[in-house]
Amino acid sequence: MALYSEKVMDHFTNPRNLGKIENADGIGEVGNAKCGDIMKIYLKIENDIIVDVKFNTFGCGSAIASSSMATELIKGKPLSEALTLTNKAVAEALDGLPAHKLHCSVLAEEAIRMAIKDYYDKNGIAYDKSKFPDPHGDEHDHPADDED
Amino acid sequence: MKEMKTIYIDNAATTAMSDEAINAMTPYFKGVYGNPSSLHTVGQIAKEELDKFRQEIALLIGAEAREIYFTSGGSEADNQAIRSAAILGSLKGKKHIVSSQFEHHAVLHTLKKLEKEGFEVTYLKVSKEGLITAEEVLAAIRPDTALVTVMFANNEIGTILPIKEIGAVCREKKVIFHTDAVQAVGHVHVNVKEQNIDMLSVSAHKFHGPKGVGFLYCKRGIALKNLIEGGAQERGKRAGTENLAAIAGMAAALKHACEHIDENAAKEIKLRDKLIEGLLKIPHSKLNGDKTLRLPNNVNMCFEGIEGESLLLLLDAKGICASSGSACTSGSLDPSHVLLALGLPHEVAHGSLRLSLSEWNTEEEIDYVIKEVPKVVEYLRNISPVWEALEKGEKPHLI
Repeated sequence: MALYSEKVMDHFTNPRNLGKIENADGIGEVGNAKCGDIMKIYLKIENDIIVDVKFNTFGCGSAIASSSMATELIKGKPLSEALTLTNKAVAEALDGLPAHKLHCSVLAEEAIRMAIKDYYDKNGIAYDKSKFPDPHGDEHDHPADDED
Repeated sequence: MKEMKTIYIDNAATTAMSDEAINAMTPYFKGVYGNPSSLHTVGQIAKEELDKFRQEIALLIGAEAREIYFTSGGSEADNQAIRSAAILGSLKGKKHIVSSQFEHHAVLHTLKKLEKEGFEVTYLKVSKEGLITAEEVLAAIRPDTALVTVMFANNEIGTILPIKEIGAVCREKKVIFHTDAVQAVGHVHVNVKEQNIDMLSVSAHKFHGPKGVGFLYCKRGIALKNLIEGGAQERGKRAGTENLAAIAGMAAALKHACEHIDENAAKEIKLRDKLIEGLLKIPHSKLNGDKTLRLPNNVNMCFEGIEGESLLLLLDAKGICASSGSACTSGSLDPSHVLLALGLPHEVAHGSLRLSLSEWNTEEEIDYVIKEVPKVVEYLRNISPVWEALEKGEKPHLI
């Protein structure tokens, strides 16, 4: 299908790290059902290393593929490195996303950030609040509607 | 490579051409290639053929030959009909139009443009079942109403509107009545005289004809306005050398469709109702649109907790070609305006699936679809945090 790269289709039809983690150390959920996509990321963290990560996603092909790729990119990595993951890196690793689907990669970045924040909160670890903007709310990063 | 059979159940998007239509076209590429506007013999032979097709098509919908204007398809016909009626109305100081919330974008976007040009449009609400009554149309008509444009059958949910009754109301009020009949013609009985229709838009590729051709029926006495200026083709109302081969294909396809309309409908209804019954066994699913007042070939369902695009892609991987009204498939932020018009919440509308049959679909194919769709829905629900929240009772089920 020409809409998506082969890599997107691969991660969509054969998603990595799909599922949940019981007693996860951090859980991040972003998006909203009204807009048609919600991502939920579960982290298992040991010594500041993401030893396991799983996801559940409600959304389109690129949302599922972005979740899958993002989890691959942070698995086994220190939290400090996971926090530097950008939506751009997720999209690039998928060999690109269509312009109107880029917000899916943004959701993946935000979901990971929220899961790490949740871990910090649960464990009373101090962090720079400005680096964790609240992605919840009615407006998430969709491209502007170009209705003329 | 494993060979996979393709099951095409997206015939509301487009159909494959029939042999009748293809065979009807071939003489007009090389044999009868003249320009019907030419005075010489080669041109005049083409002109005679063009007149013949116009006559054939007119008869099939209860019109006169000179009331048929060939166009590039349904969208052009919709644009021209609405623009023409708007211009005619404004000449008499009438700048109000009545339409509905769930029209095709060819109608809605034309109306939006007209609103910017100073027209006022009343978009009638549709019922939960996807219907509008003639009484509702009547109540919306004002002394300054220039046009009523309401579709014959909805392209997404397949509901069939009471066109004859709406037409009668418009006649009574002396308001022009246009109907976008793109999904109806060739599938249900259409007769412009009996059904009180002043203008009607048709597209050939929805009934096994070629793409890029359609027509506008415009009742004698209503002066069409040009969208395309140029030569004097189509009684001066639509410039451009006629695509005779495509028109031949359309005439043949329409003739074939109309001749078999009852038998095809009976076959499709059987498959349609089997599909509906089979898919409704999926928990928290819903049929969109009235159960009986719907096109013989249309099934439109919502499945809670999943998103339509991923459903389509996974069905495609199983060889099933379908369609959805989710935001992701429409390329906008909102799910289908048709599903929202029914009052469905956004989160439910995202999980929609449209299956549109043709008489060529088989019972075996339908059995396969009934077997595969529930598996894909279940898989997507299992990985959906929305479904998890619904199942845990954190959010109430909406359907």
